[in-house]
Amino acid sequence: MSKRIDAIDLNVYYGNFLAVEGVNISIEPRSVTAFIGPSGCGKTTFLRTINRMHEVLPGARAEGQLLLDGEDIYGPGVDPVRVRTMIGMVFQRPNPFPTMSIRDNILAGHKLNGTRMSKGDADAIVEKSLRGANLWEEVKDRLDKPGSGLSGGQQQRLCIARTIAVSPDVILMDEPCSALDPISTLAVEDLINELKDEYTVVIVTHNMQQAARVADKTAFFNIAGTGKPGKLIEYDDTNVVFNNPANKQTEDYVSGRFG
Amino acid sequence: MSHTAQNAAETARTQNAPRPRGKSTLTAGQMPSWVWLAVLAGALVLGAGIVALMGGGDFNIVGWLIISAILYVLGMYITTRVMENRRKATDGLWRNLVWAAFIIALIPLVAVIWSVLANGLSTLIANPHLLWEDMGGAAGGDVKFMREGGVGPIAGGFGHALVGTLMITLFAALISVPIGLLTSIFLVEYSRGGWFSRAITFFVDVMTGIPSIVAGLFAFALMELVITTFIGDTPRHLQMVKMGFTASVALSVLMIPVVVRSTEEMLRVVPNELREASYALGVRKWRTITKIVIPTAISGIASGITLAIARVAGETAPILVTAGFVANFNWNVFDDMMTALPVYIYRQMIFPSAAQAPDPSIDRAWAAALMLILIVMALNLIARIIAKAFAPKKTGR
Repeated sequence: MSKRIDAIDLNVYYGNFLAVEGVNISIEPRSVTAFIGPSGCGKTTFLRTINRMHEVLPGARAEGQLLLDGEDIYGPGVDPVRVRTMIGMVFQRPNPFPTMSIRDNILAGHKLNGTRMSKGDADAIVEKSLRGANLWEEVKDRLDKPGSGLSGGQQQRLCIARTIAVSPDVILMDEPCSALDPISTLAVEDLINELKDEYTVVIVTHNMQQAARVADKTAFFNIAGTGKPGKLIEYDDTNVVFNNPANKQTEDYVSGRFG
Repeated sequence: MSHTAQNAAETARTQNAPRPRGKSTLTAGQMPSWVWLAVLAGALVLGAGIVALMGGGDFNIVGWLIISAILYVLGMYITTRVMENRRKATDGLWRNLVWAAFIIALIPLVAVIWSVLANGLSTLIANPHLLWEDMGGAAGGDVKFMREGGVGPIAGGFGHALVGTLMITLFAALISVPIGLLTSIFLVEYSRGGWFSRAITFFVDVMTGIPSIVAGLFAFALMELVITTFIGDTPRHLQMVKMGFTASVALSVLMIPVVVRSTEEMLRVVPNELREASYALGVRKWRTITKIVIPTAISGIASGITLAIARVAGETAPILVTAGFVANFNWNVFDDMMTALPVYIYRQMIFPSAAQAPDPSIDRAWAAALMLILIVMALNLIARIIAKAFAPKKTGR
């Protein structure tokens, strides 16, 4: 179920602009890894290269190796669509499909790919995913209602449920709580803690307390200046990064001296 | 806590007891609300006087209304300027001018509907058979009708023209909707802003401005080329060019750019995050487009297509040069000439069926014009209903 991720000398480009340079990182399975850093330092860009969402933008590409359990997802002939079925993603803003009911949103990953399944199987997936996202009790009576009718926090958990419904190996989260209130944030953070029992979770966050609360390991990205590429500065256990960082930049950032 | 709040409320009540009406400092210096009525009445009376003087006994209602409106706008400006201040006067002046522009814009629309109703409705109600009969033998009927003093049912009808409009527009839609839809999908989803997509956008814009008669001539030349190349070039074959399908081709030349443009706008407003959400679930691009992007935009797309159909249903010139004009029913767009409703109206007005008895032809033309407006209105209504019915449901809490 859960796979490890290794990036080896990964460079990420937007056209000719080098956005992230020379990332080397090993992300353990069944763990939560947080990416922190100032705006524009490339943490979201790097996150999007992990499931090849980066290249959806015109001109965007990545060079180097990104190994999923030892297999290079940027290897020749690798189908990005197949990569994305193994590596799910939750976005900054909750984005349930507006034309679909809650139930259909959960089943979207299966239905849109044309998978045929019995009603019983579908029901089982819906319940399992919604329970997995701590949303079942709140929506079980209105599965046929549109997903866009839920509150922001519920919508975000719906998006997480939609992601785990396709049983990925890795779940990427791009600032999943930045549009949510503290209560919903707490619900999502609890959920992240539970998810790491089964999945490799990578989360980008601007909230350092959040990284400290949920992450086993933390990676700090920084940028030397405008127009310069972002770099991975320090990657270690969350404790170490926040309490005893090896790098001066990390120390300045986590202690609030800049950024 | 609640005690203090109560005290505060009481203090507020005693200190801020409502002042007598009209004495509030917030409403000081305002005109009474009836002033505009007084100015309007004054403008109407004064306008009547001016028109009566200028007309020399012969009272012109249109002139009266126009002069009164001008007087009202000026009067309101001066009154506000005197009673309030310059800023409010300018504000009121512009508001009145905007309203005047709105009413002027409405006049042609109301006038068109009124004249068509006034001229066509009674004919249509008295002769409902016009809707399903064709013009076979109508000329003789018209002469007889006039000889009998213009009473009784009118001969003939425009059933064949309704069929012609229906079939020609249907085939035009069958050609242009797939082409237009796929073109806009290419422009929005596949092209990455290269020279090819910019060229398409440019030519679509140019096509939007093509005069409809040119589209008709183009379709005629195209079908002539197709038929002479693949079937034969005897006079009989050349005669085949004049058919309903040629008119459909002409109309689709006019329709494709409209469909492309409206669909493109609708696809562009679909948020990118929905596409990314779908990709992140491992859904392929084509399925993302058909299952996520198009369903999200379907209401706008469908109403855009319906409006494009309504737009070409009223075309005359391209159908006249391509499908010609016949007096009888013809359901087959691939064989022989066809009459469309606008062409029927034109022919009936300009070349009455019986030259010595033109009145029934003119009545039929007005009835057909009413029918055409009803069809276009119905299509617009359908577009709205479609937009409502397909729009993503927002509620559900």
